[in-house]
Amino acid sequence: MSLVIHQEEAAPILSGLAELRELPEWFRDRQRAAWKQFESLPNPTRKDQTWRFSNVGLLDLAKFKVGGTLTEEERDAILERSRGLDEVAGRMVFAGDQLIERDVISDQLKKRGVIFQSLERAMVEHADLFRKHFMSQPATLGSARFAALHQALVSSGTFLYVPHGVEIELPVEIFHWLNGENASVFPHLLLVTDELAKVTVIEHFCSLDPQSPGFACGVNDLVAGPGAKVTYVCAQNWAENVVALQMNTTTVDHDASAMSLNLHIGSRYSRFESLSRLSGEGGRSDLLAVAVAKHQQEFDARTLQDHISPHTASDLLYKNALDDRARTIFGGLIRVEPHAHFTDAYQKVRNLLLSDDAEANSMPGLEILADNVRCTHGATSGQIDEDELFYLHARGIPTKIAQRLIVTGFLDEAIQRLNHPAISSHLQRLIEEKFAA
Amino acid sequence: MKTETSAVNIDRSKGDFFYPEAHVRDAGAGLSERTVRYISDVKEDPDWVREFRLRGLKTFLEKPLPTHWASKDLEAIDFDKIRYYLSPGTEAKRSWDEVPDDIKRTFERLGIPEQERKFLAGVEAQFDSEAVYSNIKKAVGEQGVIFVGSTEGLKNYPEIFRKWFGKVIPIADNKFSALNSAVFSGGSFIYVPPGVKVKHPLQAYFRINAENFGQFERTLIIADEGSEVTYMEGCTAPKFNTPTLHSAVVELVALKGAKIQYITVQNWASNVFNLVTKRGLAQENAEVKWIDCNIGSRLTMKYPSVIMKGRKARGEVLSIALANDGQHQDTGAKMIHAADETTSNIISKSISIGKGRATYRGLVHVPKHLKHCKNNTECDALLINATSRTDTYPAITVRGTGNAVQHEASVSQVSAEQIFYMQQRGLSEAQAMSLSVNGFVNDLVRQFPMEYSVELKRLIELEMEGSVG
Repeated sequence: MSLVIHQEEAAPILSGLAELRELPEWFRDRQRAAWKQFESLPNPTRKDQTWRFSNVGLLDLAKFKVGGTLTEEERDAILERSRGLDEVAGRMVFAGDQLIERDVISDQLKKRGVIFQSLERAMVEHADLFRKHFMSQPATLGSARFAALHQALVSSGTFLYVPHGVEIELPVEIFHWLNGENASVFPHLLLVTDELAKVTVIEHFCSLDPQSPGFACGVNDLVAGPGAKVTYVCAQNWAENVVALQMNTTTVDHDASAMSLNLHIGSRYSRFESLSRLSGEGGRSDLLAVAVAKHQQEFDARTLQDHISPHTASDLLYKNALDDRARTIFGGLIRVEPHAHFTDAYQKVRNLLLSDDAEANSMPGLEILADNVRCTHGATSGQIDEDELFYLHARGIPTKIAQRLIVTGFLDEAIQRLNHPAISSHLQRLIEEKFAA
Repeated sequence: MKTETSAVNIDRSKGDFFYPEAHVRDAGAGLSERTVRYISDVKEDPDWVREFRLRGLKTFLEKPLPTHWASKDLEAIDFDKIRYYLSPGTEAKRSWDEVPDDIKRTFERLGIPEQERKFLAGVEAQFDSEAVYSNIKKAVGEQGVIFVGSTEGLKNYPEIFRKWFGKVIPIADNKFSALNSAVFSGGSFIYVPPGVKVKHPLQAYFRINAENFGQFERTLIIADEGSEVTYMEGCTAPKFNTPTLHSAVVELVALKGAKIQYITVQNWASNVFNLVTKRGLAQENAEVKWIDCNIGSRLTMKYPSVIMKGRKARGEVLSIALANDGQHQDTGAKMIHAADETTSNIISKSISIGKGRATYRGLVHVPKHLKHCKNNTECDALLINATSRTDTYPAITVRGTGNAVQHEASVSQVSAEQIFYMQQRGLSEAQAMSLSVNGFVNDLVRQFPMEYSVELKRLIELEMEGSVG
């Protein structure tokens, strides 16, 4: 028996907007405007500085479809495989942009004012918060066209609000699943923290069928209020035929600190844009990323550490291990706006090349418009140190395992910075699974 | 420490003089096929050069301005108002006595006193577009070194010239190399025979002395197997109110085991667009080293490059940029590794003063299946005032497992402790600042030949005047 949960017929993305969804009319207006914007913006070319080195040919959306159905077998399989952390404060599982399971947060947190609900409910119940923060920052790192597409087609997602002084100790977990041939998803997370709040969120991006091509186009708005602590982790593990774009904006208010870690395991092409806006004094942002690129995979990371206010700090560490014919691109910029004095910014990208056909592109950039600053960046590309390998050989460890140990150790530097053992071991497990495959 | 400071008044009086123009040949303003044919006629170009120029013109007109990545300021260049060719009507001179007196006076102001000649192997001084003075010391000539103007080079030594001309930098490399290919005149042609080590640096001073006149010199240096040569180029220009364009093309060819060192001190007036393409080709075991110092101009875009084509070739760029009010120094380096065991080194130091903007733009390319290639890049930027700006835009591509590339950049300001320390010992804040800035570039300046490092220090002091206090 197969029960159809979601009735909408799948239609090609490019065929236009469907008018079926039950979203508020004002939001539908925004979506129509966004669709027009999507249609008016040109597809990126390699000549655009923000797409330099990118394989833009992979961004042909013609074959991808929106909507679709989910059978009960698929639903069960997805829920069965939605295993992340052992202990969480709350959990949402989306399949094809449909919320299929939600583990609610404790009554205690609810009582203290924490809101954890679907995006479409938040549009109605918390319209003010939603309107204030939902996609309030323009996508400036190159993907304005895809941010518009996301806005036009987003139908669900997560809204999490943590009020003044509330600290959620356990992580909140969100799963997004792609299922079906050429399916697409438009994940969204709107995370708003008030003063002195604390929260950790981990997002898992996965595909039900490891062979199916698909398309993911997500946007996250992460707002760290004054003195708040926000940790965001993304475990990107799409199937190896998936084309994925993710645009994250983090706003860091005064004395707040934001930390993000993006782990890239899956997809054919994954572009991840991270904009960190340091808008208040004493703000701090840590940007971490770990990529294990194999076969023909291409990971395209674009970052902006935007120092708007004086006395802000940011620290970026991106680590890529590349094997086979994989490619990575890092395009990062530290921008210190005029008057943002006493900025302390750091940016480091390290590439470990494991094969002769792998290619690492690094573009670490600085734009400094204030003078009382300390900004440094570094980029290195190299291979496994022969001495390290010899050391392990001498202890009887075969080459393959020795290499794996060295690579894991190389990547671990970034993961350990999270200082969150449960999440770290989950991420390490994903990395090990990829090596074992 | 935070020093709020006023905008800087640049004292450019030292370069701010000119003598009456007496141009015999003038192609008029604007660029068309007619202009290009006129230049060819005046210069009595052989057919292949005529064709080369016309292809350059076609490419120039077809290519858009690179404003999708470069400064929008490029749009301020009015190509129709520029005069693309004029010449004082004098032929290249062989002896100092034949050089007109007013030109000699100009050179004296530039700091080429006559007695300095004995230190210089040859002086190729360019006054506007024609070489007015060309002299190679007898000893160098006897070694078989050819050091002539590019026009003379392509006429008298076509068999060497043609083989490499336009090969390192093809016409269509970029819009401005195409422009240069269409209207080039002046510049040097140097050939150093196998095994010859030219002891003294060959030197050429360039100068613009006609309003709205673009200078499009073309230099080709070929160092044959095992030879060594150092070439020095310095420029200063008088001030004019309308933008002036300088767009040179410099090609270096270092054959097996040869060494070429090319030194530039650029101090164009602050209305000059300085858009230069410089590239060297290094064969097996050869070395190309660019020492590039940019102090003047309104906008400089210059990224000296080395293509390391032979095994164990080496490339190096040492770059100093100083950007003051109204200036944008967009400089950097490109290192193309194209053979095993090639190594390259880029060291860039920039100083932004007042509202000046210094940009480092770099490219390092290590394609696949190469082994043991190494690149080291260091970029340090110093910001003097709150309104100063600096940018760093490197692009690094590495394929394969046999290579090591590292890039590091830092941005900082002069340390308050240093200034305090020096002020304690009786120096004024401005003196302390100047000393500190000179210290910042000192390890690079030391690599310059003596007379250049002295000149450079003086120029930096000059630029720092009035930047603090």
